[in-house]
Amino acid sequence: MHFRELRPASFLALLAAAAILCLLAALRFGSVEVGTGALLHALVDRLRGGQHSSVAATVLSLRLPRALTGMAVGGLLALSGALLQALLRNPLADPYVLGVSGGASCAAIVAIALGAGAATIALFAAGGALAAMLLLFLLAHRALFVRGAALEQGRDTAILLTGVMIASLCAAALSLVLTLAPDGRLRTMVFWLLGDLGGAVSLGLATAALFGWLLLLFVGLRDARALNLMLGGELQAYTQGVATAQVRRRLIALTAVATGVAVALAGAVGFVGFVAPHLVRYVIGTDQRVVLPAASLLGAILVLLADTMGRSIAAPLQLPVGALTALVGVPVFLWQLRRP
Amino acid sequence: MTKALLACRGLDVRYGERWLVRALHIEVGAGERWALVGPNGAGKTTLLQVLAGVRAPDGGMVELGGRPLDRWSVEELAGLRALVADRWFDPFGSRALDTVMAARYRFRFATAGASIKGGDEQALARQCLAAMDCEALAHRDVRQLSRGERQRVALAAGLAQQTPLVLLDEPISHQDPRHQVEVLRELSRRAPCTYVGALHDINAAARFATHALLLTGDGSWQAGASHSVLTQERLSPLFGTEIVQVQLDAHRIFVSTGGVPA
Repeated sequence: MHFRELRPASFLALLAAAAILCLLAALRFGSVEVGTGALLHALVDRLRGGQHSSVAATVLSLRLPRALTGMAVGGLLALSGALLQALLRNPLADPYVLGVSGGASCAAIVAIALGAGAATIALFAAGGALAAMLLLFLLAHRALFVRGAALEQGRDTAILLTGVMIASLCAAALSLVLTLAPDGRLRTMVFWLLGDLGGAVSLGLATAALFGWLLLLFVGLRDARALNLMLGGELQAYTQGVATAQVRRRLIALTAVATGVAVALAGAVGFVGFVAPHLVRYVIGTDQRVVLPAASLLGAILVLLADTMGRSIAAPLQLPVGALTALVGVPVFLWQLRRP
Repeated sequence: MTKALLACRGLDVRYGERWLVRALHIEVGAGERWALVGPNGAGKTTLLQVLAGVRAPDGGMVELGGRPLDRWSVEELAGLRALVADRWFDPFGSRALDTVMAARYRFRFATAGASIKGGDEQALARQCLAAMDCEALAHRDVRQLSRGERQRVALAAGLAQQTPLVLLDEPISHQDPRHQVEVLRELSRRAPCTYVGALHDINAAARFATHALLLTGDGSWQAGASHSVLTQERLSPLFGTEIVQVQLDAHRIFVSTGGVPA
């Protein structure tokens, strides 16, 4: 971990600026290129409520919901990843480690197999995520609810292992459905499992997701200081006044909701939730008050970049975003690891 | 009778199948300094955790400030007692100063406005570090400190919590001879602070404590004023080795001869 002389505030401002630039890039690049001027004109027009039918306006109406959804998905996944890595004190944790996305994927694939529409699939995914979370709370009951038990050694491992078991169970059920599913729907399923933003066409839903992300980030930030203390040992944090079991329950529920929403919107986009918190910690240290918003912004940036690439490199073919997140993320991560 | 700050009423503590303490009855008054003395595995750390409200008793109860421990909220308890452990988890880097300031978590609302300036909080954290002779370490990463230095930073964090009761688990286990004396002397000076501390060093215990609680590890215990409990007659059978008491000026010095107790 390096302590660079970068102030948290300037780091966050830098990331926010980068996110806006990436958003503009996501609107500009793709199978059809529009000039930046025409694009900005259409954007301003759109914000004013105008209904022009230029090429730029058409492109905008297709790309804006997708880009905003991508940002929200990346932000939500990175937020869950950062929270879980801190909460479980495990650098290998990612949003999928507790099995929430497994539940979501399972339910969504069943919906696809039954021939449901996009809205029904998303609803199924959300329901599956919720069911997996309830199962986790039920099975890891002792670690999460019994007073004082959270302080016993190995309790975070118990939660982690319970989550891994739920994830494995979902994976088994998933392969069963995949095997039995009609061939015609397999392609949709694979895209969904990789993570794909192709279904994000509603600007209203995208805006709601964006606000949902910011809301969850705000809720998570309220526990950031407690989380800082918990990093130094649960017993110490407890004697210093942190209701550790409550914080843990609250944050696990928060990550479940965040992951559930992200998976419902775009399928199981991988890697972002794992790598964004790591990259942020390399630069800025472990203060969760900075890590949570910074990782969130970086997650949004990574998904935007990956999706823009996915729409551009093989245009007019559109690659699913999940196929490219690791492609963007791995080189950056390895480059960071190699730095002295 | 003055009301005790901390009281054990028929307290039972078990570790697995073994009873560490049975029917413990002590009252710790404000300003007293208690030493927990006993052989390895006698249950000193476990008892401290019960007194801190981190671990539930297996019988009887503990009262803090006249109210049973489990009737206080986590937040309220943080204002009544601090626990200085002798093991620290520093998976990620942090400055010593930040580690001490983190112990001020319970003041986070009261100092929300002040912490923008940050002045008062930082000054207090520095005072606590200075009291434990480690102000020079304020900007060092806690992972790069020696164990003795890390222990003094932990003690400073315990003081920064500003509680009437401080529970200490082997507070000088990693200190050099000078700091063994200075740390305990500085703690004693901070009246009206009350301490309950596990101490392996009988001489340190005799110097620091006003009272002592001897734990045998089989459930029995002896408690009382330090000069009447810390004696060669009681300590030799407690540790299962001959311990001789020598008078040196005003100090009682205990020496372990290695012989078999009578």
